[in-house]
Amino acid sequence: MMDRGTETNPTRRKLLFGASCLAAGLGAPLLLAVRRAQATPATMATAIRQVVGEASVKPGKVKLDLPPLVENGNTVPFTVSVDSPMTPSDYVKAIHVFNEKNPQSNVIGVRLGPRAGRASFTSRMRLADSEKVVAIAELSDGSFWSDSVDVVVTIAACVEDGIP
Amino acid sequence: MSAPLINVPARAKRGDVIAIKTLISHEMETGFRYGTNGVLIPRNIITEFVCTYNGEEIFRADFHQAVAANPFLTFYTVATASGTIAFTWTGDNGFSETASANITVE
Repeated sequence: MMDRGTETNPTRRKLLFGASCLAAGLGAPLLLAVRRAQATPATMATAIRQVVGEASVKPGKVKLDLPPLVENGNTVPFTVSVDSPMTPSDYVKAIHVFNEKNPQSNVIGVRLGPRAGRASFTSRMRLADSEKVVAIAELSDGSFWSDSVDVVVTIAACVEDGIP
Repeated sequence: MSAPLINVPARAKRGDVIAIKTLISHEMETGFRYGTNGVLIPRNIITEFVCTYNGEEIFRADFHQAVAANPFLTFYTVATASGTIAFTWTGDNGFSETASANITVE
């Protein structure tokens, strides 16, 4: 009995592995076929321009905390924190979050002030694909700072259709 | 229906930075999905969230479709005085919800 167990297990494992590979192979083109409207990096650049105007956006000061590997794109927790003393003369005015490949590039925009004490917030977003997420902070002196994270999404948001 | 859940510390020391957590139940329908009948499901999202502390606005958020269903937010403020922290969510189709919490600052 013991011998049989050790013999059948590897075969079963192989079979399951083979089946999951097949499923992944079949699933990938299916996802591509289902996907409809999608923004592009250019759309994101346009969305960012609409917020920052002509100002230049420098990397730094901002920390975008996002898991690098996301299992479910329907709800992805993230935290944006900005290195700022949050005094009346030097504080964060606004933080904006953008994505590259969702149908719409904006995720969320928040306004805060010196009253916040800490320039940080947490929320949850949807991600339709493995993509880049960008957070931009506007400081009280008018400068813009950014951070970006590349995330891999295994189950994308927006692919399943709803019940009307 | 959309009963918001809020978490504000009941008491705090003057000058402390306190965390405020809010969660509201809302489907946040993106307007990009099709129903089983092939018709586009119209957009229905919360577009704006405002938090006031004794009437003064301390935090505001603009939500877009990429915010996950049942929007959750954690943010911070300085406890300055005892009083009321009020929250307002507004959105598509005349959606409006309010909530408030009391805080004692000593």
